[in-house]
Amino acid sequence: MPDIIEIVISALLVIAGLFGLIGSYGMIKLRDTMQRLHAPTKATTIGIGSVLIASLLHNYAVQGHLSFHELLITLFLFLTAPITANFIAKTYMAKHVAEDEVPDSGRDYGWTVYDDPPMSAPDPVTDPKE
Amino acid sequence: MIETALAFALGCFSLGTLLNFWRMTLGPTSADRILALDTMVINALALLILYGVYQGTPVYFEAAVLIAMVGFVSTVAYCRFELRGDIIE
Repeated sequence: MPDIIEIVISALLVIAGLFGLIGSYGMIKLRDTMQRLHAPTKATTIGIGSVLIASLLHNYAVQGHLSFHELLITLFLFLTAPITANFIAKTYMAKHVAEDEVPDSGRDYGWTVYDDPPMSAPDPVTDPKE
Repeated sequence: MIETALAFALGCFSLGTLLNFWRMTLGPTSADRILALDTMVINALALLILYGVYQGTPVYFEAAVLIAMVGFVSTVAYCRFELRGDIIE
């Protein structure tokens, strides 16, 4: 294996370890749930992306051909991390943030965390005539 | 050199998984627990891939893909359950 590839793989692995540790440590250290959401969703995602690129390079150096499995996992994780973060933020807001604390949605209906989306079935308790 | 870097990365992600476990037991809200569990899945994924590099086999990628997908779906299912009291309405 050429020296330069070995150095690059080692650097990527060290960066990955540091970012993964920072992400997990931030979840312990930060004070509020909404602050804690930042550390794992960003730092850990960079960490795992770095691990996967290191693995890709290692496979290329050992076997001589590129495999795109790692890129597939990286793409999947980078796509799903914001969705996960959004869902967790909504879970927190539904229980711990009052409706009048958030800004107005600017539409006819409120945020879906507090109100049902407009296409939902009418609620028999609040809309008795429907 | 790669062996040392691998050991370092494995140690970092293992320590991270322990910290996740701490946050998961501590809470205090259910959102924290879901977040800790999701991060734990990502850390487990990283450990699996690092072990694959250590062993020099590409076998662990299939498992990594599966864990990534199952982790995402389970996180969304937990959040839906917390939000709506039901997973599929």
